[in-house]
Amino acid sequence: MTGMADLPIWAALLVAFLVLLGAVLTLIGVLGLLRLRSFYERVHAPTLGTTFGAGSILAASMIFFSMLETRLVLHEILIAVFITITTPVTLMLLARAALYRDRAEGAEFVPLHQEADPGSAGGDHSGRK
Amino acid sequence: MMRSVLPYPLLALSLLAMWILLNGVSAGQLLLGCVVAVAASAVMAQLQSPKPRLRSWRAIVRLALVVPVDIFRSNVAVSRQILAGTGGRKVSGFVTIPLALRDRTGLAILACIITSTPGTAWVEYDSKRSTLLLHVLDLESEDWVKLIKTRYEQPLGEIFG
Repeated sequence: MTGMADLPIWAALLVAFLVLLGAVLTLIGVLGLLRLRSFYERVHAPTLGTTFGAGSILAASMIFFSMLETRLVLHEILIAVFITITTPVTLMLLARAALYRDRAEGAEFVPLHQEADPGSAGGDHSGRK
Repeated sequence: MMRSVLPYPLLALSLLAMWILLNGVSAGQLLLGCVVAVAASAVMAQLQSPKPRLRSWRAIVRLALVVPVDIFRSNVAVSRQILAGTGGRKVSGFVTIPLALRDRTGLAILACIITSTPGTAWVEYDSKRSTLLLHVLDLESEDWVKLIKTRYEQPLGEIFG
């Protein structure tokens, strides 16, 4: 990396903190992928990586390159926007595929085709053991 | 005239902003960005997608302030739940939410908000019944139906109604 030493100490600390925070959040998300029990629970874990995990790494990148080039570098906002608008697509695809399979197999914990009157909470569907 | 050149002014403006962000500010890039924005608007007009109408800027600002805070809070909650291991097991499950919001853009944004919030996942939307099936990681901590309706659906309804 060029010019790393030119970075003022407060900026270096802030960048390091943000990168580390992002990495830790993403790691927790990965751990969740391992630890959570059912498919529907596991689907929540990577969201940590795509929201504040990615967010803090992008913020760190913004600060780092803005300080280095002494102008505002904001490309990262675009990355954040595209992550936010594309994750629902894959998530829905996965969730609906799982739902379709579970309904076809007659799994009990999955709500049927929303025959229950709207407004009632799904109740105790604690997921697969 | 204005309408035929720029049928989607917000889209054109965002495309121009994206171009400037990617390529830096200069007269040439500004011009090129305008060309791209106008061309993409023309393509969009060919697709004849219904144009979303923004009715309330105040609701947009309110939503833009509420959502990041909620995402941050649920990041913390979900991290804690994952790290707690088997001892801190919460009951997860499905929630059915009746929605009054029918606007497509509004629903798309609601989907982005719900999926961006760790702990809630959009599973299925039934357009016939206007109900949304959500999966939440911690079923008992909140009244999810009320939360989604008042915090997100209501401002989205104000914006796109």
